[in-house]
Amino acid sequence: MFSKKQKRNILPGFHLTLGYTVFYLSLIVLIPLSMLFLKASAMGWQEFWGAVTSPRTLAAYRLSFGASFVAGLVNLVFGFLIAWVLARYTFPGKKMIDALVDFPLALPTAVSGITLTSLYSQNGWVGQHLYKWGIHSAYSFLGITIALIFIGLPFVVRAVEPVLQELDPELEDAAASLGANRWQTFTKVLFPNLVPALITGFTLAFARGIGEYGSVIFIAGNMPGKTEIAPLLIMTKLEQYDYAGATAIAVVMLLVSFFLLALTNFLQWFFSKRIGMN
Amino acid sequence: MSARTEVTWIRRTLIGIALIFLALFIFMPLSAVFINALNKGIGVYLKSLNDPNALAAIQLTLLTAFIAVPLNLIFGVAASWAIAKFDFWGKNFLITLIDLPLSVSPVISGLIYVLLFGAQGAVGPWLMEHGIKIIFAPPAIILATVFVTFPMVARELIPVMKAQGNEEEEAAMTLGASGWQTLWRVTLPNIKWGLLYGVILCNARAMGEFGAVSVVSGHIRGQTNTLPLHIEILYNEYQFTAAFAAASLLAMLALATLFLKSFIEFKCRAELNAAKQIGRHS
Repeated sequence: MFSKKQKRNILPGFHLTLGYTVFYLSLIVLIPLSMLFLKASAMGWQEFWGAVTSPRTLAAYRLSFGASFVAGLVNLVFGFLIAWVLARYTFPGKKMIDALVDFPLALPTAVSGITLTSLYSQNGWVGQHLYKWGIHSAYSFLGITIALIFIGLPFVVRAVEPVLQELDPELEDAAASLGANRWQTFTKVLFPNLVPALITGFTLAFARGIGEYGSVIFIAGNMPGKTEIAPLLIMTKLEQYDYAGATAIAVVMLLVSFFLLALTNFLQWFFSKRIGMN
Repeated sequence: MSARTEVTWIRRTLIGIALIFLALFIFMPLSAVFINALNKGIGVYLKSLNDPNALAAIQLTLLTAFIAVPLNLIFGVAASWAIAKFDFWGKNFLITLIDLPLSVSPVISGLIYVLLFGAQGAVGPWLMEHGIKIIFAPPAIILATVFVTFPMVARELIPVMKAQGNEEEEAAMTLGASGWQTLWRVTLPNIKWGLLYGVILCNARAMGEFGAVSVVSGHIRGQTNTLPLHIEILYNEYQFTAAFAAASLLAMLALATLFLKSFIEFKCRAELNAAKQIGRHS
């Protein structure tokens, strides 16, 4: 690696492009983001801690993390199933369905929000059947989870699908020729190879769910302490000109996001190393 | 029966479950947007789009994307040139920083600009003294949009440019081309599909961003409402048909984006494979 790169690079523009990159990055991302930490550090520990641990804030965190976690688990199961079906089987319309898996990411969140609400509220196509059974599929924890399942699904499918496609078919042939049945081949040979992708997909969906705003607020109900997600609480604090309170909640959420980002990077590095050793 | 696939009934059951789940979470919302938009007839649909506030919102949305996308495109080309063509200390850290906006909640993306430019913000009082309006005005909407779409061109271009390697550019330079000539005639034609891919994704997000823009917009009708904010207002006023009419425009944008995306993915794979071939021969 070194010997190749030691060769003198004759291409121009290094200082110009790197300089511009760092300048633009600082201007748009780093300076504005640092405002968050500047504002939080001006608060003093007690005020910060008070804002972050108030019952209303804790309820919002519990809701955001809880619903994202449940939605992530649902997506783990069904995202895996969909990725499996798309990668392994042929059926009519597969190409179009494969492209539509990204629809939740392409659709603006406000549109997702009002559409899901119209479907799952009491008079909606789905909601009218669920409400008959006493299942409140809108303005409830379930409603929030439904929105987060919608928004998180592509993350799991897109993490698992390429790994399934690139798995060496010889692995399965070898397992079969050694006498493993289909189920054993799946649990002992295929599934262990898919675990890193599943974890990555879950973490990405989970992280997106925590911060998600547009697709959730319409279906959430937004009752303080009950169906008020953390991003909405930030919004509410801002509308009351409680900038410090909003900042404190945001800092905690941001730190969790960064931790999750670091965790996925670490896991990918860890698994790629382990697979490399095998 | 091959050892590599399941018996027919298992296969059919799995496909069935997958399709039911997708029907519930993707096909149904997709069709609901258009059915709700058109349920009072095409006349009402067109009338609700031909409303001054709707038109102003469409205009602001287009303006925002028109500024945000080129800015992030220029940045994307510069960043990927530096990152893909050169080796330097801290490169991976730089890539992580570039990707940062993707892991920030939209609401926080708006909040940071309020902290910077708002009345209580770092430079807010100075701006007010000089009569410059950023927050609760189009400039903040554009800035917040630039932030949320920040890495979208760069992260598509970096892998494509890396895969292309430096050989073709070096050949052009040796033959006497200037740096700009090399960029325009060699690099950009080589990465055109990757570039287009990034631009399309960036544009879709720029036109559809809701949370970040909602924080900084101030929601002044006809002035600081983008299309997604306009939808929210209509929906909260129980003007459902009008809300879904506006939403249908964004849903069409999403479908067009997905269609172009699949098409370019196909082209991009060819571009990457060609690059790998060149890499293998040298």
